[in-house]
Order: sequence, then C-alpha cells, then structure tokens
Amino acid sequence: MLFSTASRTLLRGVGSLPRSTSVLSNPFNNSPSALRRLLSSLAVLEQRDGKLNHGSLSAITAAKKLGGSIHGFVAGSNIKPVAEEAAKVEGVEKIIAVDNAAYDKGLPENFAPLLVENIKKGGYTHIIAGHTAFGKSLLPRVAALLDSQQISDITAIENENTFVRPIYAGNAIATVESSDPVKVITIRGTAFPAAEAQGGSATIEDGVDPNVEISVEWVSEDLAKSDRPDLATAGKVVAGGRGLKSKTGFDNIMLPLADSLNAAVGASRAAVDSGYADNSLQVGQTGKVVAPQLYLAVGISGAIQHLAGMKDSKVIAAINKDPEAPIFQVADVGLVGDLFDKVPELTKKLKSS
Amino acid sequence: MSALRILVPVKRVIDYAVKPRVNKAQTGVETAGVKHSMNPFDELSVEESVRIREKKSAPGGVEDICVISAGPPKAADVLRTAMAMGADRGIHVDVKEGEDLEPLSVAKLLKAVVDKEKSNLVILGKQSIDDDAAQTGQMLAGLLGWPQATQASKVTFGAGDTVEVTKEVDGGAETVRAKLPMVITTDLRLNEPRYASLPNIMKAKKKPLVKMSLSDLGIANERRLKIVKVTEPPPREGGGKVEDVDGLISKLRELGAI
Repeated sequence: MLFSTASRTLLRGVGSLPRSTSVLSNPFNNSPSALRRLLSSLAVLEQRDGKLNHGSLSAITAAKKLGGSIHGFVAGSNIKPVAEEAAKVEGVEKIIAVDNAAYDKGLPENFAPLLVENIKKGGYTHIIAGHTAFGKSLLPRVAALLDSQQISDITAIENENTFVRPIYAGNAIATVESSDPVKVITIRGTAFPAAEAQGGSATIEDGVDPNVEISVEWVSEDLAKSDRPDLATAGKVVAGGRGLKSKTGFDNIMLPLADSLNAAVGASRAAVDSGYADNSLQVGQTGKVVAPQLYLAVGISGAIQHLAGMKDSKVIAAINKDPEAPIFQVADVGLVGDLFDKVPELTKKLKSS
Repeated sequence: MSALRILVPVKRVIDYAVKPRVNKAQTGVETAGVKHSMNPFDELSVEESVRIREKKSAPGGVEDICVISAGPPKAADVLRTAMAMGADRGIHVDVKEGEDLEPLSVAKLLKAVVDKEKSNLVILGKQSIDDDAAQTGQMLAGLLGWPQATQASKVTFGAGDTVEVTKEVDGGAETVRAKLPMVITTDLRLNEPRYASLPNIMKAKKKPLVKMSLSDLGIANERRLKIVKVTEPPPREGGGKVEDVDGLISKLRELGAI
C-alpha cells in the first residue's frame, strides 16, 4: 500500500504532462491532470507549550502520499519558533501560522472556525490531522462546518479520493471513495511515520484569524508523568493485563521489565478498569493503537478489542499461564507459565545480557 | 437554572463480543442472524442521563430524557432497552436496512430533533464500535454552534447553567467548563451502566415511542462515501510456543525484536 519515493517523484512528473493515455492508465491518477495540479493539502500540526509535536508530522507523510502541494498549519501563543521548526520539515511548501493565545489549548469551539477560515482562504482539497485526542475532537467539527463527510483513522491512501480504514475494531478493512470536494481526514499515526523534521525550507505566512468568541473555558489538566518512551510511538511496548492481579503486582513486575528493554508500558482495559494502571496506558479499540517492533503481552488473554490496538506490531510475544489464551493465536512467540516467576527471570536475564 | 432536556442518541450495532465476518460479496460484514445490541458507549450515555436525574446533580433538575435511534425496525429494541434503563421516551427514525446514515447525516438529523425537542444537553457515545468513526457528537456540536466535551470521564453541574467535564486526552485528563446548551460524548470510565430489571423492561413497553421518517425531519440520506470494498485484515499466524525464558529470549533475538 505504501508508495516508494521513486514512484512518487514519477507521479509528480506525470502530473505536469499534458493528459495522455499513460496518465489515465496510472492507477494513482484517475482524474485529469488539470485537477491534479489543484490538489493541495493542509496538514494540521499540533503544538504544546510552544513545542511542535513531532508525532503530528505524520500528517505531512500522508500528504506526501497524495502528491500536490503541502502546507502546514499551527496556532497558539508565541507561535514563531514552532512555525520555524515546522518550516524545516521536508516536503512542506508553506507554514500557515496564527499567533494567538486563544488557540493554545486546541479547543475545537474556536479552533474549528479558525481552521475553516484558513481552509477556505487556501482552497485546500485535503485536510489532514492525526487521529489523536486533538484531531478526533477538532476535525469532525471542521468537517461539519465544511459540509464534508470526514474519513477517520485511515491506514492507507489509494488515490486522492480513495482511502483505507479499519472498521469493527480492525476486524474488517474498508476501502472508501469520497465524493466531497474537500476531504477531511484523520490518520492513524502508526500507519504513517512522522516526516523528517529537517531538509525543508518552507515559507511562513500569517493565517487569517476570525477571533471567534470562545464558548468553553479550559479549567485544568492532569497528565501522567513518565520518563519512559511514549506509548504511541515507542519501538518496544510491554503491556500487562488482569493477570498482574494488583497495582503493586503491575508496578513491581511490569516497570522493571519495561526498563530492561527501554520499552513503553501499556495495559489492557481489564488492568486499567481494575485500577492497576493509568487509563492513558490502555491499548485497544478504545485506547491507543500501537505498532511497535516488539509487543510483549503479559497476563493478557487477547480479547478482540485489545488485539485491535496492537495486532499490527512487528513481533508479538506473550507470557500467559493459560495455554488456550487467544493471544497465543497471534503471538510470534509464546511462553506458557506463571508471569510472577517468568517475568522477573526474563527481566534479570535481559539486564545481565 | 434551566431544567435539563436531555437527548440521548443510541445506535444498534453488532454485539461487541461477536467477531464480525466480512460477507462474500466484500461489501460489508455479515449482519443476518448476528447478535446485535446497544453500542456500549451509548449505554454509558443513557446511564449518565439517568444518574443525573437520580442523583439530582443538576441544579435545575431533569425535565426529560429522550432517546433516539435511526435505523431499521429492530433499532426500536435498543430504544426499549434505553427506556428500561430509565429514559422517558423514544424516537425511532425509520431507515431501511442497508441504508445506514453517515455520521454527517446523523448529525444533521439530530440537529433537527434538538430544535424540535428543545433539548439543551445531548449526550452521545464517543464512537460506535461498528464504523469506529468518532464523529457524530463533534459534528452535531459544530452544526449547532454549541460547546462540546468529548470522551467525558466525569460530568459535574454548577451554578448558572455551567457544566464541568473531565475529558480523557492523550497522556491523561483535561477539564473544561461550558454553559448549557452543550454536547457531551462519553468514554468508558464515565460510569458503569446498569442492567435493566425485568419490571423495568415491562414498564418500558408502555413508554411512548414515536416513529418518524427522515423526510419528517427534512433530511435526505445523502452518502458522500462509497464503499469500494470491505476485506478481512491479513491474518496473523501464531509462531508457536517456547519452553522457557531462555527460549523466549533467543527467539526474540532471532526475530530481531531485541
């Protein structure tokens, strides 16, 4: 499903040629070349406290797969450093920046009209953001204001109108074709690696600011502090389930294991609901979707809702005392045994090696 | 203080415990003879509405809890379930089997109902577990121009029509405050939905259930997304088991995972 750099370059070339049979026979290019030149994407980038969220650069990777021109959008107080950082991202032509503290918290009530104004001004055909808490809360509101049917959480792009997305907790894969003139899209971060934050030299332009009065007040936030790698983007994830039996069990068993592998910690919904782990660690249909190099499931049976969040991991390993646990049907390597014996042994051996 | 007129949209979906199968024609998943139930996130919405009334947590009280579903005749079943949980009445918008509405159309439909029913609080699930779109609540809030609080894990009412909502966000929680009217979408940790008792199921049969059509609400089922195909995800094969921890480590090394 992924297009190589070479074929993309080729397509760009083709797009500028007069309409010919070679253009029509190209599966990526089923519209006239005149339309192709108009294709332009706006990647909605995230920032927090004046720092660009590099995970959100996945939106630029997705925009590159579409072809056409790519602009990035950032808004918040003292936005210049963020815009400058974003301008260095490879492949971006222009960064639209709106400097206004009213957008710091990314509240959709004023951020949506702000985006809509800038989308209308820029005449974009594709609006792309990550399927993150920010993107999920904001983009449907934007789509409604543009009268566009959003396409959520896509994992692949077939052409400028056709997208692939998992449905039914990843138990089915739908290919959908949009007839909306403006496509509003959220992307699954694990399916589109973040674009390189260097090599580009985009221009920075002030966006329009409609200054819509805000109808909601941001009160506070309570974010889990962790020195471990971020769950959504970590190369290795160790996840614990109900089998850990208690919060103490979870902390004593899973945290040293994570440290021995330099892995992020995840949890099943059962472990979160039982209070063993913070809910920001939940992996699954209703939590985070991860696709690390290694996913090590400890004391997790492997319900379909959990598998939806991790079955695209490169290597899945499982430790469970029940040899019939469904997790073993997807695991590349499984160990049947008591996690309270096996995991400390594993941690010790990993540390000493 | 305004009395709450709560609208709770609910959706009939394939039961969460059923593993869906893609149909032979690759146009969707098999639905015939498959167990359906209320979307789990919508159960949370109904529960929360009923608790707001029971716990008298809203200063203005709860005047009405109306549940609504758009779908084939069987969608009425989930409305009865919601009424057995404590909703006062239901609206069934009849949509033919296989002519499902897209989230944008549902949002437009709900806007029409909000206007008609003079609702001042709409509580929806954060997403339905069939199409996993997570759009309808936000779209509705956008169309109405109301504040929205998505993925709510806690809802508290204050003086002067204010509502404080704690939302689940990446990495933790965030709290926002807005004034009614507003739209809230529910997340799993908001509450634990009750089971409808048999007497309440019997009582729910007598509660009013109004049937409407899309045209009654001035809505057309306009589809913007064409389903090209639906396929099974590539199967993942288990790689077998190892005897001990050393076997696990050497296998992981072999696979290049560590």
